[in-house]
Amino acid sequence: MLSFVAQRVVKGVIVLLAIVVLNFFLIRLAPGDPAVVMAGEAGASDQIFVQQLREKFGLDKPVPEQLFIYVKGIVTLDLGFSFRQQAPVSKLILERLPATLLLTLTAFAISLVLGILFGTFAARFAGTWLDTAITIFALVFYAMPIFWVALMGILLFSVTMDWLPSFGYETVGANFSGLGHVVDVAKHLIMPAMTLGLFFMATYTRMTRASMLEVKRLDFVKTARAKGLSDAVIQRRHVLRNALLPVVTLAGVHSGTLIGGAVITETVFAWPGIGRLMYDALLQRDYNLLLGVFVICSAMVLTFNLITDLVYRLVDPRIEFTS
Amino acid sequence: MKQFWKSMLKSPSGVIGLVILLLAIGVAVFGPMLFPNSPWRMVQRPFLPPFTLSTVPLGTDALGRDVFAGMIFGARVSLLVGLVSTLVALVVGVPIGAMAGYFGGKVDDALMRFTEFFQTIPSFALAIVLVAILQPSIYSIVASIAVVSWPPVARLVRGEVLSLRTREYVQAAVVTGQSNAWIILREILPNALSPVIVLASLMVATAILLESSLSFLGLGDPNLISWGYMVGAGRTVIRQAWWITVFPGIAILISVLGLNLIGEGLNDALNPRLSREGR
Repeated sequence: MLSFVAQRVVKGVIVLLAIVVLNFFLIRLAPGDPAVVMAGEAGASDQIFVQQLREKFGLDKPVPEQLFIYVKGIVTLDLGFSFRQQAPVSKLILERLPATLLLTLTAFAISLVLGILFGTFAARFAGTWLDTAITIFALVFYAMPIFWVALMGILLFSVTMDWLPSFGYETVGANFSGLGHVVDVAKHLIMPAMTLGLFFMATYTRMTRASMLEVKRLDFVKTARAKGLSDAVIQRRHVLRNALLPVVTLAGVHSGTLIGGAVITETVFAWPGIGRLMYDALLQRDYNLLLGVFVICSAMVLTFNLITDLVYRLVDPRIEFTS
Repeated sequence: MKQFWKSMLKSPSGVIGLVILLLAIGVAVFGPMLFPNSPWRMVQRPFLPPFTLSTVPLGTDALGRDVFAGMIFGARVSLLVGLVSTLVALVVGVPIGAMAGYFGGKVDDALMRFTEFFQTIPSFALAIVLVAILQPSIYSIVASIAVVSWPPVARLVRGEVLSLRTREYVQAAVVTGQSNAWIILREILPNALSPVIVLASLMVATAILLESSLSFLGLGDPNLISWGYMVGAGRTVIRQAWWITVFPGIAILISVLGLNLIGEGLNDALNPRLSREGR
């Protein structure tokens, strides 16, 4: 098990390095002098700063050497300096990371729990009106762009009904402490987390349903039934447990999409996470910050993939910890 | 072929999806001729609510531009970007998958590591970075959507080719001394086509969603109106004018829904052995 984890971590680090190298070439794809590009476009940079950047990144040196300098910087967690925000990129990202983790993990939990729940119901009552209703519901949410769901949520729950705050992480100037603060943040969290979660919930609903219907027909279910087990026990202990495997796989594959969805969700709800940071970097054409966020997002996805890989093996003891 | 249409028309989701797609294509092709209102021109006072004037049925936006005209012209961009970027992704993914599956061994290893690498990168973040760096235009949007969506194609084709290359008719072709390229193109790929078609229809839907998200963030082609751009532009005035964001969003929802339904219908029609009860 330990050697398996070590192996996967090494693999992840190699992929991350490859992404860093990709990053290095991406910034050179942008039109113009990379030093100017890194400093931020449209006159935000002065000559001295550009010259400093040129020296720091050795832009006058041959490309392989430049690459080496760049990778070395990132390995030591130096993601460069954001001229626009007047702060180191790594500091900006670290400040924003907790909010993004809170949002994505809540959304992930919502989508998985509701998705499996609805999927199980649909499979249990396959062919009835309940199944049809859940299926249509999932199809519609699967086809909605996240930004539009977010805006419709604001229109309905903030503008029309005035139930939930439409933007931000906490009430500005309220200075709640203790439980009051938790409740305040939770109120702000509900809509972004639901928005982000609903799309994935639709996916997991469909997957759970299809998977359960497939597992239901297998021989071991017949055996369980022949043993005289009750329907509920069969569903829960035999069918659901096996049917969850592809859902877990899918959840791992989706971690990248979840991060992408967070960019949109955080933008609409002004949620102070790294997705919002990415959007700001985008608006200001702050390429250094943009690519820094991109590297961190990739690292998050890799970590998440590693975790789902482990969970997968825990859920299914048939898979051994070797690769 | 006849059989295919018969089973496709038997599945309700396939029929509904086809109707929606045909409508959307009709709007994209003929709409701009029937509704010559330019989506960029000011036609009425700003913030005109919908259903008040028959000439601008869905109202106007913050600059007095016709929302309905924007939706009609936007259909072109959405469908075009969806179709073209899927085609480009197929052009990249099919050969990579076919070569990996056919040649196996080191070629397979190398190509699959390459594919996995692209699959690990968070796709929407990469698309944002690519469009931002290449500068927003319809070409950079198509390119970046294709870059993030080809890996599943390669993996699917590889799997199909792997199972097909050991079939007897392929062995027979090898024995008769056909070239590798001929065997892949004429013997293997035609038989691997149906799952690829199903995947492609779903990819068009995803591409439309991706394009609308990019445009929403302000990364759309500045010269072309699109649904995502309209929602993004209406976002700041949502409290005063709900219609600017609501209608283009419905257009996205219906097109994506239609394509997903077609995907399901195609799946039932092309892979009858895979279609399950109650699906």
